[in-house]
Amino acid sequence: MLQTAPRGKKSASKKARLPERYLEAFRWMLLARTFEEKLVSLYRGGQITGGVYVGKGQEAVSVACGLFLQRGDVFAPLIRDQAGRSAFGEPLVDVARTYLGSIKGPMRGRDGNIHRGKPGEGQLAMVSHLGAMVSVTVGALLAKRWQGERNCVGLTTIGEGGMQAGAFHEGLNIAAVEQVPLVVVATNNHYAYSTPNEREFACTDLVERAIGYGFEGYRIDGTDLATCLEVIGGAVKRARAGRPPQLVVAEVLRLSGHGEHDDASYVTEEIKREPFARDCLKVAEKMIVDLHLIDRETLQSWRDEASAKVEEAITTAQKEPAPDGGAEYWCAISTGELADPAE
Amino acid sequence: MSITYLEAIREAQAKLLRDDERVFIYGQDVGGTFGGAFKATKGLAKEFPGRVLNTPISEDAIVGTAIGAAIHGMRPIVEMQFADFSSIALNQILNNAGTHYWRTNIPVPITVRLPSGGTKGSGPFHSQSMESIYAHYPGLIVMTPATVEDAYTMLIEGVAIDDPVVYCEHKYLYYHLKADKLENDGTPVGKARIAREGRDLTIVSYSAMTQESLLAAIELAREGVEIEVVDLRTVKPLDTDAVLASVARTGRLLAVGESFPWGGVTAEVVARVASAGFHLLDAAPARINAKDTPIPYHPNLWSTHRPNAKVIAERARKLLRE
Repeated sequence: MLQTAPRGKKSASKKARLPERYLEAFRWMLLARTFEEKLVSLYRGGQITGGVYVGKGQEAVSVACGLFLQRGDVFAPLIRDQAGRSAFGEPLVDVARTYLGSIKGPMRGRDGNIHRGKPGEGQLAMVSHLGAMVSVTVGALLAKRWQGERNCVGLTTIGEGGMQAGAFHEGLNIAAVEQVPLVVVATNNHYAYSTPNEREFACTDLVERAIGYGFEGYRIDGTDLATCLEVIGGAVKRARAGRPPQLVVAEVLRLSGHGEHDDASYVTEEIKREPFARDCLKVAEKMIVDLHLIDRETLQSWRDEASAKVEEAITTAQKEPAPDGGAEYWCAISTGELADPAE
Repeated sequence: MSITYLEAIREAQAKLLRDDERVFIYGQDVGGTFGGAFKATKGLAKEFPGRVLNTPISEDAIVGTAIGAAIHGMRPIVEMQFADFSSIALNQILNNAGTHYWRTNIPVPITVRLPSGGTKGSGPFHSQSMESIYAHYPGLIVMTPATVEDAYTMLIEGVAIDDPVVYCEHKYLYYHLKADKLENDGTPVGKARIAREGRDLTIVSYSAMTQESLLAAIELAREGVEIEVVDLRTVKPLDTDAVLASVARTGRLLAVGESFPWGGVTAEVVARVASAGFHLLDAAPARINAKDTPIPYHPNLWSTHRPNAKVIAERARKLLRE
């Protein structure tokens, strides 16, 4: 773990390891993977309109993002965050509803797939324009500060691709200017869609940018659940305690295409042999088994349980009505009387 | 006592800060003792500590921050230093604020103030009128006050509206327009105003072009022509009924705007009248806009690029002969 935090503040020490959270985290990872595998199969069967974007290989990072947030915190996830969204409290059926276009879902068919959220419950609804959600999270935290809410944290995620967008730069800078309790977790999955790191940025190490923004920064192996929990959990704790904003850069390999329409044929065989190309779910499973935190039998029962939950969510959403263009209220503002009378 | 358009904007913000603790002002140079590039927030930082905040030069993040605060219960007023720079924040305004209610059912009550339009010598990047771009996108209310009274009341009403409001304040009017006092109850948002009654031709305009159109109407009155001037006040929603009612009285339409000619508010006005009120027209509807070039620096060029009373009167005379 490379650290760019000020000297003398080695907060993420070895003793802070969190075995009691390993099982909980693993279970969310397993649920996310199982759910996304189901989504992929539905997509291939032509049952999902639009794209499917999965977090395969990034579940350890993602779950750590959701796991340490509490009621009153703000979470602004992006496209590979099913594990974190679930850990934060997003009901699985809402994910199914959004992918399948049920009017009972939070987006009611007006938006789909990963473009979903419940801002009233602290989960912001991402837009596709990368970096845009950083400053929105900053604003939410400012509002909470002014409203006298103490002890809350905001966490937003991004990839190394989104880190190169101007909005990301503006967002990190303004977060540090406002000194809000923000954690930014950036996952370097080594490809922005098909573009490899060497055409994305030219700095030696992305985490060094933390210093430039006035953030405390940490680089971690994103395939190792224990490290993700320790460092991201620590970053959340530090932000909550009033330390400067936190940047964590996690190294992984995206173990899928950008979306399921993408066969990822551009991912080289060489990079697949890198240490960061490990499957974090397998690494986590081995860890909890090796630590004797779980036996094979229980593990299997968890798998079965995850499959059952996924089936239930999908079946529920499939039974629900789809939106109807003729019955839709075509007004984009809440003040209906101010709708423009265009034809 | 007299109060300028600019002072009305400042007074409206002072009232908003005084009356509603959810309101804060966020923008470049708005705080401290400086009070904004045009002094629209002069003295407010001192009067309302911690609520009138300077920001970095980060238009995207300024609006993004305002959005986040708004969906968590605040009522931010963003000052763009010039409307032109709101291009940097287009993504947050259009794609985030403008889509948010539709997508999530949670409205975004931000007000973005855009010091708009031309003043001589300001050139291509400090003179733009952006209302047509914002009006084109769903999810936004676009205000274009043409009077001191509207500058005051519409800003107050804009902040009260739960939806994102783009408030286009005209820099030329800042010092040129004065009123005796501020009225608290103006025409409702979304309703146009008959700025001058007439029976021969309808000019539909907004913002500074309303003032130019009124000057043209005075000039034509000397020639015995009675021009009706409709001030749209908000370009979105566009009070189509008021426009059609006026054209029904006059039979002729001239739409006048300061933004670029391709598309935009004047094209929308003409299209709506042609579509819903074709039978009301005695002549083909016409429109006047700025020229299809960047806005020039030199006063000799600028005064030709921008529509003015003389050009409006000339076009009206031609339309009256048709």
